[in-house]
Amino acid sequence: MKITFDWLRDHLKTNLKEKNLLEQLTNIGLEVESVESLSADNELFKVAEIIKTEKHPNADRLKVCDVNIGKNEIKKVVCGAANAKEGLLTIYAPPGAIIPKTKMKLVVAKIRGVTSYGMLCSESELNLSDESDGIIELPMRYKKNIGKSYFSKSKSNLIDLSITPNRPDCLGIRGIARDLAASGFGKLVDFKEKKIHSKNKHTLNVKINKEKGQGCTAFGSCLITNVKNSESPQWLKDKLISIGQKPISAIVDITNYVMLDINRPLHAYDADKIEKGIIVRNSKSGEEFTALDNKNYKLDSGMCVISDNKGVLGLGGIIGGTRSGTEFNTKNVLLESAYFEPGSIRNTAKKLNLDTDAKFRFERGIDPLSIEDGLNKAAKLIIEICGGEISKIDIQKIETYKIKKITFDPNIFEKLSGFKISLKEMIKILEDLGFEVKNDKKRLKLIVPSWRPDISQEVDIVEELVRISGYEKIKYIEPIKQRKKPTLNKLQKLFHFLQRSVASKGYVEAITWSFTDQRYNDHFRDTKKEIKIINPISSELGVLRNSIFSNLIMYMNKNLDRGFKDLSIFEIGPIFNGSNPGEQNTVVSGLSAGKKSRLSWIEKERNVDVFDVKRDVIQTLVEAGYDSQKFFIDSKTPNYYHPGKSGRLFLNNEKNQMAAYFGEIHPNILKQIDMKTESLVGFEIFLDNLTLAEKTLNDLKVKFLFSDYQKSERDFAFIVNKDVNAQDLINSISSIDESLVKDVKVFDVYQGDNIPENQKSIAISVTIQSFEKTLNETDLEKINNLIIKTVENKTGAKIRS
Amino acid sequence: MTDLKKIKDEFLLKLKRKLDISEINQIKSDLFGKSGLISAQFKKIGTIAESERKKFASDLNIIKDELQDLISSKINEVENAEINKKLEKEKIDITLPERSFVRGKIHPVSQTIDEISSIFSEIGFSVEEGPDVENEYNNFTALNTPENHPARDMHDTFYLDEKKQKLLRTHTSPVQIRTMLKDKPPFKIIAPGRTYRSDSDQTHSPMFHQVEGLHIDKNINMGHLKGCLNYFIKEFFEVDKIQMRFRPSHFPFTEPSAEVDIGYEMKDGKIVIGEGNQWLEILGCGMVHPNVLKNVKVDPTKFQGYAFGIGIDRLAMLKYGINDLRAFFDCDYRWLNHFGFDPLDVPTNYRGLSR
Repeated sequence: MKITFDWLRDHLKTNLKEKNLLEQLTNIGLEVESVESLSADNELFKVAEIIKTEKHPNADRLKVCDVNIGKNEIKKVVCGAANAKEGLLTIYAPPGAIIPKTKMKLVVAKIRGVTSYGMLCSESELNLSDESDGIIELPMRYKKNIGKSYFSKSKSNLIDLSITPNRPDCLGIRGIARDLAASGFGKLVDFKEKKIHSKNKHTLNVKINKEKGQGCTAFGSCLITNVKNSESPQWLKDKLISIGQKPISAIVDITNYVMLDINRPLHAYDADKIEKGIIVRNSKSGEEFTALDNKNYKLDSGMCVISDNKGVLGLGGIIGGTRSGTEFNTKNVLLESAYFEPGSIRNTAKKLNLDTDAKFRFERGIDPLSIEDGLNKAAKLIIEICGGEISKIDIQKIETYKIKKITFDPNIFEKLSGFKISLKEMIKILEDLGFEVKNDKKRLKLIVPSWRPDISQEVDIVEELVRISGYEKIKYIEPIKQRKKPTLNKLQKLFHFLQRSVASKGYVEAITWSFTDQRYNDHFRDTKKEIKIINPISSELGVLRNSIFSNLIMYMNKNLDRGFKDLSIFEIGPIFNGSNPGEQNTVVSGLSAGKKSRLSWIEKERNVDVFDVKRDVIQTLVEAGYDSQKFFIDSKTPNYYHPGKSGRLFLNNEKNQMAAYFGEIHPNILKQIDMKTESLVGFEIFLDNLTLAEKTLNDLKVKFLFSDYQKSERDFAFIVNKDVNAQDLINSISSIDESLVKDVKVFDVYQGDNIPENQKSIAISVTIQSFEKTLNETDLEKINNLIIKTVENKTGAKIRS
Repeated sequence: MTDLKKIKDEFLLKLKRKLDISEINQIKSDLFGKSGLISAQFKKIGTIAESERKKFASDLNIIKDELQDLISSKINEVENAEINKKLEKEKIDITLPERSFVRGKIHPVSQTIDEISSIFSEIGFSVEEGPDVENEYNNFTALNTPENHPARDMHDTFYLDEKKQKLLRTHTSPVQIRTMLKDKPPFKIIAPGRTYRSDSDQTHSPMFHQVEGLHIDKNINMGHLKGCLNYFIKEFFEVDKIQMRFRPSHFPFTEPSAEVDIGYEMKDGKIVIGEGNQWLEILGCGMVHPNVLKNVKVDPTKFQGYAFGIGIDRLAMLKYGINDLRAFFDCDYRWLNHFGFDPLDVPTNYRGLSR
């Protein structure tokens, strides 16, 4: 909502300065977004005429225009607008002017080799409207103004307020003045629009169809006959221009003025273009009309339309149609002032993707009792400016406005706000805001003003009172440092632990979007369902990620392109399995690319490999408190891993829940995304699948068991079939006697000479130690034999002699 | 006696010379070996007349100790000399680079979330979470934003179905709803997490982070809200003094509602929080609307309290001087290394939030 202090003064008597105004507006919840000084610069924008256009020698879309800027001065201006043509009256900005929209200062500049002295402006560049298609086309009557400033001198700054959606009343200058007055910033000027006393009959019949979902509940109108539409008088033009509106014609300007002044949208029809009478009804599916934005709209059924015998005239409360619009030659005007239901307005506007000033106001709720005031105010101005006679006012209604009453307990105020104000003060504030107040046995009986659709219960009254008294009156109550519940639950603790544990292994944490490029997602979707976003911000961000890898690999590639070679990155966050709430998992996922010890004078360089990520996964889980002795690993992994160089890890060999995947990323994916690296390995740890330890660290720490008896290390070499896993050998040895077998280590794996084809040799070192005694040769020999026998039986291995 | 003296003098003389280790060992064996001179004397003890035996044995032991000590110290000396000689050859260029190490980093947003959690933990808030995909009811309707409410326009929502029933949450407020439906009052929670709006420019990213706060009890009023936020801001920015401004605003799920600005000034192109006369909006808050409480079956005549929502990325930008929001999610290795934190830098309240 754009206002000026000057305009506010029409409704508000005050001696205070603009600086105080800006502060006060923000203090009462009418936030000042920006303040623009229009006066200094605006005189530079001049009415000008294009007298010649030529095609730009070096650019197809540009034209070189000779522009008459008055006083026999012709300027060469390069212009890209399609509508720039000889004879067009428009607005010229000279070098040095600051374009209101972009805040850019114009300079003399060469555009593709041709020097341009200034610029021809579009409405949007001057903040007059959102219209950015082409430059402004001024009517011929501006010809006499060539060389003169387009904007009049304005003393008042343009103040842009951000009005919250609950305050439609403040979409009119008077509503803002009322709030300011209630807060002590001046006095609200009395305003009672004089009623029209006319004996002329209203000869156009208006009917609101009573039908289901009728969006119009009241339709007020009057006829003004024999008008002479013209340009608005200077005061009215100045007013509109001062807040960035473009004057059009007196009748249109007057309706706009009333809307901005008291937030009462009106519509003016050329009465002679209406066939017989007005019917307000639901649209039929397929009906069409051309709106004042010159676009043709095809309607669904059930939209609220204003129509006549020939068809749709306009969309009620949203936009009028060209067929019945007023023009300079309009003789007879039908002025409409109606009430439209916010929900109906919103539905229609949304379906048609239409946004207008009227729509913006009606969907927030217009004062249903302002119908007559609006007609009176506008009709009077029309006959003042355009002459003519007014008819009687006609108001059709299918619903009457019911006043809203609230019984307010003043104690609630302190209970919620934490501070006190007197009852007298409360009553004053509420009355200033337009409430009718009756003090009734410690309760206030309130009648809510008709322009406040946002107020319906006691808490809304508290809000008004706190707001107008000032939020600075709210005290600071120091918080108590006391904790009744643990801050984090076990899963949250695990999240934080894993996050920092992975980072401590050299991975840099990334946060990427939860959505991703479908093509990347497909690489890592495996068997999961694709989850599309209906309205993505771009097609590259069109699906929810089924795996973190999709984003991570994309960014890994970008970083490799930046010239990095050896990188490890990770992310911890959600992946999605379905489009229902909760169908998501938390995963910590890392990628590592390139080499270890690249260009090292001391260490041999090698590619990162699957055993690097295997270590990272296992170390992380061990650090988080899981027992690696119990881990079970197999090679069934999703299709985005290298089928032979990847693994899946379970916390125990019951294989209930899969804790992690790790391995080389499938080489095909690297090829398809054109990634250039020696090696890419990755892992995924699934937090939701990690069973949370029931024992706390405390429980685990109490018992400290150790043995001081002598340890023995024995080495074995087994020959097994190639497809036998080392894990099977280790497990069968470990399980022989947990109190004796302290450690099992694979220290060599060998295939080749001396070993039969399809077999391999695995060399294992076993540490044996008893809690009870030093083992003698006989004991050890027994265990040795047991180890050999068990391994041979369980895995088909043969001890290598 | 003369025998002993002779041996002693002879070997003392021998040991005075410069010897290598094998020569010393030879001497040792000449004296104390199986048929060594001293060993032979010990064997003689039994044959000596009783009257002289004691004295002989005593003299012999003294000489033995003396020679033995001398031999050990001689061995030591030679060994030390050898080590020293070896060390002289072993000198390396210690300025050569160490073995390579890698260093991971924690993302500034994660660090900020931990800082926030640590601060609110002190004053009794616990952490709750909710799903990123929400239903329309939890995200809007239950929060007193019915369909066709213009306030929905303030949220450019990503939808997952044509009926617009499933969406990516536009704020963390649905966690309020989930928490209150799940448990009984009082409630004192914060809920940090990812939020989504279909907006993208210099200051908006389609995904960002918020932290929701909710405190519902019997007598929680706007003073508690102000006190809590003032405490948080001061702790977070690690300053003693903070300028804070509560401004009336509107959110459908709170009444009264406020936006909170903090004072700042620009010093050498960097924002300094807590001083100066410029205002920066950092959060929205208010007293939870009775309609919201009714929607989650909490009696608004018995319970009341406040809620707030803070942009985490924004806080991180202010605290750590980051200019571009979009860089947070661009995953530029250089940026992550520059703005990231060491994983060992866990924010705690006893050690402080930051170094």
